[in-house]
Amino acid sequence: MARARKSVEVAKTANSQEDLLKFYRDMLLMRRFEERAGQLYGMGLIGGFCHLYIGQEAIAVGMQSIQIKGDQIITGYRDHGHMLAAGMDPREVMAELTGRSGGSSRGKGGSMHMFSIEAGFFGGHGIVGAQVSLGTGLALANQYKANGNVAFVYFGDGAANQGQVYESFNMASLWKLPVVYVVENNQYAMGTSIERSSSETHLHRRGVSFNIPGEEVDGMDVEAVREAGARAAAHARDGHGPYILEMKTYRYRGHSMSDPAKYRTKEEVDEVKKTRDPIDHLREVLDAKGWADEAAYKAIDAEVKAIVADAAEFARTSPEPDPAELYTDVYLEAAQ
Amino acid sequence: MSVDILMPALSPTMEEGTLAKWHVKVGDTVKAGDVIAEIETDKATMEVEAVDEGVIEALLVEAGTEGVKVNSLIARLSGQGGASPSAPEPTPPPKAEPRALSPSPTAQPVLADPELPEGTTFIKQTVRDALRDAMAEEMRADDRVYLMGEEVAQYQGAYKVSRDLLQEFGPRRVIDTPITEHGFAGLGVGSAMAGLKPIVEFMTWNFAMQAIDQIINSAAKTLYMSGGQIKSSIVFRGPNGAASRVGAQHSQDYSAWYANVPGLKVVAPYDAADAKGLLKAAIRDPNPVVFLEHEMMYGVEFDVPQIDDHIVPIGKAKVRRIGQHVTITAHSRMVGLALKAADLLAQEGIEAEVIDLRTLRPLDHATIVESVRKTNRLVTTEEGWGPMGVGAEIIARVVEHGFDYLDAPPMRVCQEDVPLPYAANLEALALPSVEKIVQAARAVCYVS
Repeated sequence: MARARKSVEVAKTANSQEDLLKFYRDMLLMRRFEERAGQLYGMGLIGGFCHLYIGQEAIAVGMQSIQIKGDQIITGYRDHGHMLAAGMDPREVMAELTGRSGGSSRGKGGSMHMFSIEAGFFGGHGIVGAQVSLGTGLALANQYKANGNVAFVYFGDGAANQGQVYESFNMASLWKLPVVYVVENNQYAMGTSIERSSSETHLHRRGVSFNIPGEEVDGMDVEAVREAGARAAAHARDGHGPYILEMKTYRYRGHSMSDPAKYRTKEEVDEVKKTRDPIDHLREVLDAKGWADEAAYKAIDAEVKAIVADAAEFARTSPEPDPAELYTDVYLEAAQ
Repeated sequence: MSVDILMPALSPTMEEGTLAKWHVKVGDTVKAGDVIAEIETDKATMEVEAVDEGVIEALLVEAGTEGVKVNSLIARLSGQGGASPSAPEPTPPPKAEPRALSPSPTAQPVLADPELPEGTTFIKQTVRDALRDAMAEEMRADDRVYLMGEEVAQYQGAYKVSRDLLQEFGPRRVIDTPITEHGFAGLGVGSAMAGLKPIVEFMTWNFAMQAIDQIINSAAKTLYMSGGQIKSSIVFRGPNGAASRVGAQHSQDYSAWYANVPGLKVVAPYDAADAKGLLKAAIRDPNPVVFLEHEMMYGVEFDVPQIDDHIVPIGKAKVRRIGQHVTITAHSRMVGLALKAADLLAQEGIEAEVIDLRTLRPLDHATIVESVRKTNRLVTTEEGWGPMGVGAEIIARVVEHGFDYLDAPPMRVCQEDVPLPYAANLEALALPSVEKIVQAARAVCYVS
């Protein structure tokens, strides 16, 4: 951690009061949104699998802050945070979780399969590692169209052991595709710790044999994420090809709602919460700079709480999809 | 003592080739390993090396001769230094033996296509060139269309289907990939999601097993899972089914596999006109299309209509031969076998109606049921395995929609329920054949 923190000191001054307050608000929104999703799951309103982003908020928020219009993001199934960061309406995200007609996929995708072309969010993919090839394809399209955009491809330490990740690394580097690979290393691939699953646990080195530069980043520090993200994005945007950012992070909850997380101790989790929490950390920064007082925090709390309450209410009351929706969106009509 | 030099077979499916060039002349002394000639096949140009030592006694085929049959005598060497008198390597199996796959069918007389305008003229074209032209025409018309796959660009296509495309469209649009099916299929789908229209070539569909997750989980399902937001207009294409003596892992028919999946369209043309018209339709289609070609058909010539924009709609079967006694369904290479079987059956007084499915998903069962209402008998054919297969599905549909019209239990002709064996005799036993189709047709007509 020390290494990554150190590299970030330089850039911290670059972020304005407005930036930091927005990061704080966006991270808090994710945290409260996910807490509410967990609650709705417990009430039986959300079905299937539901993977919460709590603990990893700084990554989606920090990375989003350096993107330009037309850039794409794509991730795996732990996707709620990225959607909120991308600017999708919390209502449509929560209503998709409850499988209602007001959901972003009109209830047909669920927690793991949400999309928004408008927000540049290409999913939401349930097959571990598939988004890495798909996201590299988004980058190929950017290069093909010469549109100056970068694809940001998120995956976890678990996906990092899938073969297609390396097939994609190879082609991305070979063809100098504008892609930033963001490895969210939360240290557990479901119940298997990185030490038990990976021969090289420093995932930023996984690009070495493909000539892809990589660096380790403190993924619990939104400013560190932003600073490294900007460097990676510039590299990719300037035609130098892919870049790997290994975000050292931690998820507070189980892998999914049905995971009791017995593979790690309560002390381990508590220690991270106490010492590395991304929201607390940013609050300390804001406090130190004197950029926010109690009233400001309270106002943000109230705003976030209202948004989440509204989203939950919408997700509860939005009707289930019309039965006729069963047969829509299987095929597009061919143009005549 | 002289040694015969025979036209070598340079690929599992080669039957003839062009003797492009001699590197030796009469009187030259050659030793083993010397390049003596260049031979062009429809797939590649290859050098032929001498296997024996000796002096060239006679060159029996002129340079530039096309259509030189495999195993025909092309030169004679006067043997020296104890050279083996046997035929040079490689030694292909004698052609007289019954083979798993009968020689590629010649162009079949087909029913005039009612959709073609009056007075349409035709040119002879191979399935390979028809596919190539389809891609070239669509690439000219739409900059979003590009081709990616192994050896599609500089090598000109492992089966030469993409010949000259790199020269015309350049490396931006004709992309050589590493051997990395899972990866490039995913890249293709991702680029389609971003609005491009990729044609992803698999060197064979056997290798697409590495990529099947991206084809099904990403390409076929995402439109639905996204509530209609994310589109994948993409064609996955390549040769499907058994080639010749390439063994179980390189000889599988995936028709039933992909035709099982909602969200995919699955096309399997027989002749060159359909190959062209259906591939153009597939490229334009806004959905993911699995396009199943057949290696044994690439070199076969057919009539292709000379019209500006020859499109064959996806989802429509074609009655290839009219008959009133039994309906035979087929797709891809099996259409040729079914037509041959129909000729033989006609000699016995059984008139078979042969339906070329052309598209497996959506399946045009209306055309099949309409035929069965007339013939009251049904034989399905496919190169793949029978259980849960294309024939099983067709029979289910006919039972659902035409049960009362059936006068005999339908029969399936398909590959035996074993991995495809290598040995020539076993391979022949395992694969569907004209004879098996004839026997099945007789059986459903209760003719012994």
